[in-house]
Amino acid sequence: MFVLIVGCGRVGSSVARTMLQEGHDVSCLDEDPEAHARLEVSLDKSWEDSGGRFTVGTALEADALLEAGIEQADAFIASTDGDNTNIIIAQIAQQRFNVPKVVARILDPLRAEWYEQQGVHTICPTKVAIEMLEAEVLEAAGAGSPEAG
Amino acid sequence: MAEGKYIMVAGAGKVGWNLARELIDKGHEVTLIENDRNRYLTVEQELEHSVHYGDASELWVLERAGISRADMVIAVTGDDEDNMLICQVARQKYLVERIIARVNNPRNREHFELLDIRPYVSATDLILRLLEHEVPDYGLVHLLDLPEERLEIIEMLLPDDSRVSGKRVGDLTMPEGSLLISVLREGQGFVPGPDTVLEAGDEVLAVLDPGLEEELKEFFGSADGAGAD
Repeated sequence: MFVLIVGCGRVGSSVARTMLQEGHDVSCLDEDPEAHARLEVSLDKSWEDSGGRFTVGTALEADALLEAGIEQADAFIASTDGDNTNIIIAQIAQQRFNVPKVVARILDPLRAEWYEQQGVHTICPTKVAIEMLEAEVLEAAGAGSPEAG
Repeated sequence: MAEGKYIMVAGAGKVGWNLARELIDKGHEVTLIENDRNRYLTVEQELEHSVHYGDASELWVLERAGISRADMVIAVTGDDEDNMLICQVARQKYLVERIIARVNNPRNREHFELLDIRPYVSATDLILRLLEHEVPDYGLVHLLDLPEERLEIIEMLLPDDSRVSGKRVGDLTMPEGSLLISVLREGQGFVPGPDTVLEAGDEVLAVLDPGLEEELKEFFGSADGAGAD
């Protein structure tokens, strides 16, 4: 499978390495050339020698997406640090380039929920964190709750 | 536009601030939303309660500002992705009847088109359009594009060897879907009649269906078929 990852921060670079280690073709796009170094963290050879691709460019520029190989992509991950950028490029990947699998990382739970309803598949780390924290606290509260006792 | 509309403007940059002031002066109710604290404080000194501090791409910020009763949302921030998102949620989630989006980078126009975020305004394009108009050796100039109405108005200078030069307007068979509406000659504009004889150097204005530009360029162009440019 050919995976295109746009936005190569902590999340994007980790997913990129995992996909590569799983034997998939991986191409990364980031506007910061330094993001390339992050990809090589914990690798024993360079990102390219490991089989990865890296393109410097702005996520919203169609030319950059094309150079990174969006037309061949089987999966597209939008993981830049901008929620709005991720929402817009995910729609471009879906509607213009017909990428079969598109996922957008959205930090804001409200936008993530609404766009999920609109057919943009979203992952919201904030929502996951909220649920885990609530579960932990409620469990503690349940254990020693005055109402329960 | 009728008086007393509720208009939300996202982004208090030069465009947003001036726009908000003009709209308020015209009697509209305006909420301007600005994300940068310092900019907000500056604008707030003049516009007071009409400017809100917050990120206009946060749904709760839009809701707090009363987007559900907005007649129009205008997104003029410096980020095209923000403008696209704000307009998209305004229209699709909050069912705002009218939106206007600003395009900062003309290369992003295709994304606005793809996501059907229209109308949009690009200052760069407007200036290019004016430039095109000012440059003397132009062929055909777009004066007005109304893609929704599927209508364009163009202006073209008849070259010295124009194939229509010396012909009566009544004898012309204009390409189907186009109409000659005006002739500018020696600084004077007039509506041509059937007996008007076109001359080289005339500037002709025509209304046409989109996509007929090339045909029209050839129709009014050089007799050798080389076109006007």
